[in-house]
Amino acid sequence: MNSPRRERRKADPALSDPERLYVITGDPDGSERAHLDLVTMIVAQAQPTPTVQPEQAVILRLCQAPLSVAEISAYLGLPFSVVTSLLTELLAAELIESRAPIVRATLPDRSLLEAVMHGLQKL
Amino acid sequence: MDFRSSDTITGPRSEDVLPTTATAAVKVVIVGGFGVGKTTMVGSVSEIRPLTTEETMTQAGVGVDDNFGVESKTATTVAMDFGRISISEELILYLFGTPGQERFWFLWNGLFEGALGAVVLIDTRRLEVSFDVIGRLEERGVPFVVAINTFPDAPKHPVEALRSALDLPEEVPMIDCDARLRGSSRDVLMTLMRYLHSLSLPLA
Repeated sequence: MNSPRRERRKADPALSDPERLYVITGDPDGSERAHLDLVTMIVAQAQPTPTVQPEQAVILRLCQAPLSVAEISAYLGLPFSVVTSLLTELLAAELIESRAPIVRATLPDRSLLEAVMHGLQKL
Repeated sequence: MDFRSSDTITGPRSEDVLPTTATAAVKVVIVGGFGVGKTTMVGSVSEIRPLTTEETMTQAGVGVDDNFGVESKTATTVAMDFGRISISEELILYLFGTPGQERFWFLWNGLFEGALGAVVLIDTRRLEVSFDVIGRLEERGVPFVVAINTFPDAPKHPVEALRSALDLPEEVPMIDCDARLRGSSRDVLMTLMRYLHSLSLPLA
C-alpha cells in the first residue's frame, strides 16, 4: 500500500488525567455550574412551579421519565451549555434529580461490560 | 435566544420513553472523518431515531480554522448526532457520533471523559483523515477499536496493510463493517466491549 503512514503516539499524562481535563474544560468565568455529563440522567421531582422559566417548565414535563442531558438538549433545540445552566438551577431548587453516568475507571468494570455485551446480543 | 414555544416541544414518542428504572447510563463515542458513516452507524443500531445536540463555538474557535470560522462571526454552532440502546431496564448505552477534528471536542464537556471507549470509523479511500483522531485517542488514553466501513467502490486492503499504515498495535481490534446494517454495527460494538473486557483482565 503506497499511502501515507501514521506514527503512533504515547499517552500524555496531562491529557489523560481527569482532574486536569476538568481544569481545562471548567468554566472560565468560575460560575457554579453542576458537573453534568451528556449522559447524566435527569428525573423530575416535582411539577413546574410558577417561578421557573418556560424552558425549565418544559424540562420538568419531559423528565417525568428519565432523560439524558443530551436528549433534553435535542428536544429543546438548545445548546448543551444552555441546558446545563437551566438544569443547575433546577437541581439547586431540588425540582429535579440527576443520576451520574457510570464512567470508565482506570480498569473497566467487567460485570458492566458483560451486561452491555448481553444487551447488545439481544439486538 | 430562539426558544420554541413550549407547546410545540413534544419530547420522546411514547414508545421511546424510558422506564423509571433507567438509573444508569454509559457512553461510547463513534469518531471519524466527514462522510465516513458515523451518523449511519448511530442510526442503524439506535432504538430511537437519532437526535442532534448542538453546542456553540464562541471566540475560542475563531481563527483556529480558516474553513470553518467566518471572520465576522463570533459564534458557530456544531452539531453532534446520537442514539440510544436500552441494555436492560436499568442500563442505557448512548452512542455519540462526533467529527474527527479535535477542535470540536472541547465543546462537549467531557465527551471522552468517562466514555467506555471509542470506535474509529475509517474509509480506506481517505485513511489519512483518521490519523489525527487515532493519535488524540492514544494521547488521552481512550481505548478504541477501528471499524473499516466497506464502501462498495473503496479499494480492499489486507487488514495487516491497514494496521501497518495506521501504525496500530497488534492488540487493537480492526473489523470490517457495513455501517448501514444493524447487525454489522452491533458486531462493531461487541468487538469494542470484548476488547475493553480483555483490557480489564490481569496480564498473563
